[in-house]
Amino acid sequence: MNDTAILRPPAGFLAERRAFLSGVGKATLSASAVALIVGCESLAQGTSTAASDAAILNAALGLEHEGITAYQLGAESGLLQKPVLDVAVMFKNHHEEHREILIGAIRKLGGTPVAPKSKDEYARALNAASLKSQTDVLRLAARLERGAANAYIGVMPSFGERALAQVAARLVADETMHWTVLSQALGDKLPVKALAFGA
Amino acid sequence: MTRIASLAFAVALLAPQAVAAAGDPERGEDLYERRCFACHSLDANRVGPAHRGVFGRKAGGAPGYNYSPALRKSEIVWDEPALDKWLTNPQAFIPGQRMGFRLGNPDERADIIAFLKRESQK
Repeated sequence: MNDTAILRPPAGFLAERRAFLSGVGKATLSASAVALIVGCESLAQGTSTAASDAAILNAALGLEHEGITAYQLGAESGLLQKPVLDVAVMFKNHHEEHREILIGAIRKLGGTPVAPKSKDEYARALNAASLKSQTDVLRLAARLERGAANAYIGVMPSFGERALAQVAARLVADETMHWTVLSQALGDKLPVKALAFGA
Repeated sequence: MTRIASLAFAVALLAPQAVAAAGDPERGEDLYERRCFACHSLDANRVGPAHRGVFGRKAGGAPGYNYSPALRKSEIVWDEPALDKWLTNPQAFIPGQRMGFRLGNPDERADIIAFLKRESQK
């Protein structure tokens, strides 16, 4: 049983939704996101550690590209109704901020940020054609959010630069927040045991 | 120590470190969904390559995926020991590759490997 009443975006969100649906506007980097990158002043270029860290961040960037497109596909499917559609836009915006953080960090490390694939490629890979209802879209989004949280947790031990682990931890927090909202909207039970993520 | 016992002891020392006891592919399927789905699917290249047929395949062999040079040049064939080392620490196993994800629990690794082996036979 779904409970989409849990999905209530904050007041004043309609302006962003209109911009999203019209294709106008691009998520700008929040002040906190800029600070997160600037705070990684110790990131150094030209070392094997930097190259390795940049490769890990590029995999994460690939995740974010896919997540952004997944929300875009969901919103364009016509399957999402208010207020779910508004929340999907909000979560898409969050992932766009993640994207910018990762791009900034990769460039600081001297790497080249990986480009997104085409929307059609993502649609095929995610089997978007199989999505027939709002529930289907929410279920896919929840799977991706949980996967992303677990992926960030899984790569943390691999970072050479410790500051990046904190960046990853903050991204995990956002993905977990998204998953929690989506899972509750789907009527899923919360995990009974602790440490449900990274396991 | 008798000669036979000495020989057995020497064999035990020289034998490669065993992978955790054979995994459960059903548990592995659940773990794959939770821990691997972010980047991988069985039948589609996403952030990571598709895994259908990975067990027994030479590393870098999923059609259409843009592997790192390090992985493409490796001569690894994915069997239980290789996958176990890979999932423990990909960077240590094949330096220069691009997967940073580590799976620290040997039982979880065994379960996922069992799942991949099962699915590779379909």
